[in-house]
Amino acid sequence: MSNITAITMPKWGLTMTEGKILEWLKHEGDAIAPSDELLEIETPKITNVMEAGETGTLRRIVAQPGATLPIGGLMAVLAPPEVADAEIDAFVAGFVAPETSGEDDTVSDACGPRETEAGGKRLRYLDIGSGDGPPIVFVHGFGGDLNAWMFNQPALAERHRTIALDLSGHGGSTKIMDFVLDAAGFAADIDHVLAALRVDRVHLVGHSMGGAIAVAFARSHPDRVASLTLIAPTGLGPEINGEFIDGFVKAERRREAQEVLRMLVHDPELVSRAMVEDVLRYKRLDGVAAALSAIAVEWFPNGAQRAGWADAVATLAMPVQIIWGRDDRIIPVSHGQALAGRMPVHIFESAGHLPHMEKAAEVNRLIARFLDS
Amino acid sequence: MPLKSIRQALNEALAQEMRRDPTIIVIGEDVAGGAGSDGQRDAYGGVLGVTKGLIGEFGEARVIDTPITESAIMGAAAGAAVTGLRPVAELMFSDFFGVCFDQIFNQAAKFRYMFGGKAKTPLVIRTMIGAGRSAAAQHSQSPYGIFTAVPGLKCVVPSNAYDAKGLLIQAIRDDDPVIFCEHKLMYDLRAEVPDEPYTIPFGEANVVRDGNDVTVVALARMVHYAMTAADELSKDGIEIELIDPRTTSPLDEDTILESVERTGRLVIVDEATPRCSIATDIAALVADKAFAALKAPIRRVTAPHTPVPFAPDLEKLYIPSPEKIAAAVREVYGYGR
Repeated sequence: MSNITAITMPKWGLTMTEGKILEWLKHEGDAIAPSDELLEIETPKITNVMEAGETGTLRRIVAQPGATLPIGGLMAVLAPPEVADAEIDAFVAGFVAPETSGEDDTVSDACGPRETEAGGKRLRYLDIGSGDGPPIVFVHGFGGDLNAWMFNQPALAERHRTIALDLSGHGGSTKIMDFVLDAAGFAADIDHVLAALRVDRVHLVGHSMGGAIAVAFARSHPDRVASLTLIAPTGLGPEINGEFIDGFVKAERRREAQEVLRMLVHDPELVSRAMVEDVLRYKRLDGVAAALSAIAVEWFPNGAQRAGWADAVATLAMPVQIIWGRDDRIIPVSHGQALAGRMPVHIFESAGHLPHMEKAAEVNRLIARFLDS
Repeated sequence: MPLKSIRQALNEALAQEMRRDPTIIVIGEDVAGGAGSDGQRDAYGGVLGVTKGLIGEFGEARVIDTPITESAIMGAAAGAAVTGLRPVAELMFSDFFGVCFDQIFNQAAKFRYMFGGKAKTPLVIRTMIGAGRSAAAQHSQSPYGIFTAVPGLKCVVPSNAYDAKGLLIQAIRDDDPVIFCEHKLMYDLRAEVPDEPYTIPFGEANVVRDGNDVTVVALARMVHYAMTAADELSKDGIEIELIDPRTTSPLDEDTILESVERTGRLVIVDEATPRCSIATDIAALVADKAFAALKAPIRRVTAPHTPVPFAPDLEKLYIPSPEKIAAAVREVYGYGR
């Protein structure tokens, strides 16, 4: 029975405990190859497509659309065509569902995020996975946190060490903003976390404001950055959606928050109640309102981007790739298109400002391939 | 994120706020000692341990143990509030509000208005509500409807530890008197609660669960009973939208109305008695402002109009149950189909 593979409910992000099957994109009997789109799964945060990891025939769909399964629950069975139906039956019958995690061990277990007092301030990070070569470090954008990488970090952690951090003023990190709030100031957070973990050289992946911060780190530590993946980064032009920045800073209530968050994605339906609630829970923390206002003033005065690094790109020694969503309503895709020819620029259709969530599997593949090349 | 009980969440909110602002004091019966105390220093921290550790850290000047005299506690707290402190007073059982209601209802609630806006009254009254412990008719009531009926008072009825911490900090920072109702059977209920201080705005309901078939509004312990009912109903394909108003004054009318405009069906669950109650108030609100959207009569699942029975079996019957909630939802769901 070793050639029978269980397709089970994946774990996307720290808080996911179960997922709901929305639709199967393959039918029983279909031949499956790695990275074929198998099914759509709804998590509390967002809906995502799960791809196949192995080759085989989709022999049995165990969980139908509408079903909600715990992480590790059996959704389907993959096996070569020659395996007898009886064997599949036996496999399904004998499948031992993993124990559903009780409330005692949901998040604060050993593989959850940790905090360091590095550099005299509290910084939270999530360090998972192992592998050869420099670890991948994820840097989120304005108002985000390490959970922004919920679809990327677990997948890439299968073959690499991955570290996602919360920048100052964000997530579980300090809300005391007693430093110069420019890209170099935030890049020091990366340095602090890496120093605490005794990590020298890394691959950097940065989104939006985190992209500009990754660039700042790479410019001051060129020998420590093996590659740069920049997803819809700031710093390539003056345009930015001032209405979004202003609305995000001001939003206190569910309705307001939902309205601005919908600007982030191509399909507004992706913004779930849980996603809105997470943002509000962050924004309610003492110090966050002041931190976000201060960052917005420094980075996006009068609804425009202040500092740029477009000219510095040519001087960077490490490989750089750019990823963007065609329908980005926060920072125009033209900022990325202008760099085509100088570096790889990947533009995704039907994606907004969060291609790493909206097109997670494709973005993960781009990052993995970029590291290998 | 760490899991904390409602008791821990409230304790942490008090301690963090008292560290931040030296004008915050705690005053009430047994808030320093309580059961097992040597009479001087902290042992249990009130009858339910919510104020544990505060006297050790903040001292007797800021954690004031009082005699059993609710009128003096509330009178002192209201006066302290209007003269510049931020008292968090404890009314051990909300059932005792009768002896101190002049101080609350006719004094604290009216100061801002009577002094032409020149006085503020940043007073929090923490108090225990709820039936289910066979504590009989004088220690089991949920009179938040009465507090809600008084203009000038704000009223908070949290259902989980996350909300409890954020709403208590919000209450302490609010410049008006706030009655903060804690259900006596829920102190050990745990949820993910950030270590950092945070606030939850008043008048912002929590949508506990999404659904398009029937809107269910529930408070405090009834939120959890409604969730149990929701899981049962979901097996039959009935998806309720569950709304926890969190504060009854101010009330987030918009969230309730918008939901009913979508579902056309409403069930309100309230552990309190039904006459002139929150359940009745919300029913009137929806009948008044969303009548055209209704596809079925509004149903209220409440306690009967009687004192809370002492006999455990009768008390069980008295409190709304998940079964009663599910039955009401089915009735409303099936109406006119």
